[in-house]
Amino acid sequence: MTTAAERKPSVGEFILRTRAVGPALALVVAVALFSLTTRTFLNADNLSLVVQQSLVVGTLALGQTLVILTNGIDLANASIAVLATLIMAKMALGGGSAPVALVFGIVVAVAIGAISGGVVTGLRLPPFIVTLGMFTIVTAAARIYASGQSYPVSDPLLGWLGNRQYLFGRIEVTYGMGLALAMFLVAWYALTKTAWGRHVYAVGNDPEAARLSGIHVRRTVLSVYVVAGLVYGVAAWQALGRVPNADPNAYQLGNLDSITAVVLGGTSLFGGRGSVLGTLVGALIVAVLRSGLTQAGIDSLYQDVATGILVIVAVAVDRFARGRQA
Amino acid sequence: MTETPVLAARGLVKRYGRVTAMDGADFELLPGEILAVVGDNGAGKSTLIKALSGAVIPDGGQILVDGEPVRFHGPLDARRHGIETVYQTLALADAQDIAANLFLGRERRRGGLLGRVFRLLDSRGMRAEAERVLDELGIGIRSMQQPVETLSGGQRQAVAVARAAAFGTRVVIMDEPTAALGVAESAKVLDLIRRIRDRGLPVVLISHNMPQVFDIADRIHVHRLGRRVAVASPRTHTMNEVVGLLTGALRMAEDGTVEEARPTVPAGTPE
Ligand SMILES: Nc1ncnc2c1ncn2[C@@H]1O[C@H](COP(=O)(O)OP(=O)(O)O)[C@@H](O)[C@H]1O
Ligand SMILES: [Mg+2]
Repeated sequence: MTTAAERKPSVGEFILRTRAVGPALALVVAVALFSLTTRTFLNADNLSLVVQQSLVVGTLALGQTLVILTNGIDLANASIAVLATLIMAKMALGGGSAPVALVFGIVVAVAIGAISGGVVTGLRLPPFIVTLGMFTIVTAAARIYASGQSYPVSDPLLGWLGNRQYLFGRIEVTYGMGLALAMFLVAWYALTKTAWGRHVYAVGNDPEAARLSGIHVRRTVLSVYVVAGLVYGVAAWQALGRVPNADPNAYQLGNLDSITAVVLGGTSLFGGRGSVLGTLVGALIVAVLRSGLTQAGIDSLYQDVATGILVIVAVAVDRFARGRQA
Repeated sequence: MTETPVLAARGLVKRYGRVTAMDGADFELLPGEILAVVGDNGAGKSTLIKALSGAVIPDGGQILVDGEPVRFHGPLDARRHGIETVYQTLALADAQDIAANLFLGRERRRGGLLGRVFRLLDSRGMRAEAERVLDELGIGIRSMQQPVETLSGGQRQAVAVARAAAFGTRVVIMDEPTAALGVAESAKVLDLIRRIRDRGLPVVLISHNMPQVFDIADRIHVHRLGRRVAVASPRTHTMNEVVGLLTGALRMAEDGTVEEARPTVPAGTPE
């Protein structure tokens, strides 16, 4: 006898419920399209490069996903990561210990996340405004701290994530890829297998219902900003693994790029619905589009146009899906 | 003869800006009874039960559980005293499934290392329990993994009622649980309320439906303009009398008899 709880959902239900399925299909289609239309896209080196190019924005998008799930948004994420790269690089350059520099950069990122979260929850201000302010402040702070210079990084620990290995002697895999994958899996576990994750979704879905259900709404939201700060700190380390140079003018559109990845991954900007695995796919979609369109000889401005259209389509699909459910 | 009320309140006050939602409200729930709370829209019924369930912190007055003064700082405090509430808005997380909603805010973890260190939820256990609870209440929902937003109004209401019924150990409070339901579904909820009472739990039922109230309640708390104006009994009072009390056309004398409101103050005259 099968009981109701064991009844397997139908394929249609599964697709509707698993929001990452649509984006995954889009990714497969994009890869197939570029593989067929260009001769340079489908090979191990290029695919590895595509993944490497998505690491920093993908990691920023991971933190962004957590914030967006609470019905928030984080415009400061890339600026926090840039400040952290500068702290890491400058501290290590000044003869400081690299582990201390790494940890200190991450701690500063966590602290800034905590401040954003504290202001959002403590003063009940809209996350858009709070993180816009934080973006402005942190960007300026990074430039002041850098005094108009960029700082090369030669320390092996700070650049460690750029180390590579060859799988099957062919496929180039960096340590950064391994770390990013691990972080996405941990976040997926925390969001879907723990009470904290359920609370994050509930708070984003309907904060008043969450409160009446005994969830500490503000504590949950604050914890999300702190965890996101930690993720941005790691994004800084990823950035130094990609390019061993801390530049105050890097990733200026990183906040918007991360939102793009989140939205393309099927997470709702209205909060409470979405998944980090979708975001992983979304980040890859952006990188695949960039690479594929480049190989197809399409100017990068048109690539922006294509990405922009995709974002709007993704949000429209979300709106439509919500409209049908309500 | 005088029993200690399971849940009581004295002189509760709650203001929202210039609106006084509660204006010295008293309340008493006796062991094992079904107490109906009736009153016009805006009389302050929901505010009263939110204060009793910790969702609203009153500006003044006192709440007593089994005769002991308590202070609720949030819904969790009331829950810890065994007070469970079905809010008028249901307080469900629409995007989450039935089992998740039933256990929202009190999720169960797996035993051992997985639960303690890795905080792993016992999802299967919670699903099985959710299924058992809904089954027991005779609510026919196929899959515990259905998001709540895919349910009908009645089914959603049933999930919220089931949540309160499953976890209440001292008092169950329901704010208009049948308002969105058809006749058959309402009958089910009323049946459920009786069964909760028969388990020994007192129930507070807010309702607009007078026949329903007279059918099920042991006593009737009449609320008007932010306070209790009378406690009536379905055995000794008529529906017309209760309606008169809640509109202010009638008043209850010290000895419990119902009479015309003082004719010396014309209706609508400010004090
Ligand atoms: N959160 C709130 N903010 C402002 N006014 C409120 C709030 N909650 C209730 N009120 C007001 O308090 C009064 C009583 O409301 P309520 O307790 O919901 O009454 P009832 O449940 O009897 O219809 C109404 O005038 C309502 O508008
Ligand atoms: Mg009400």
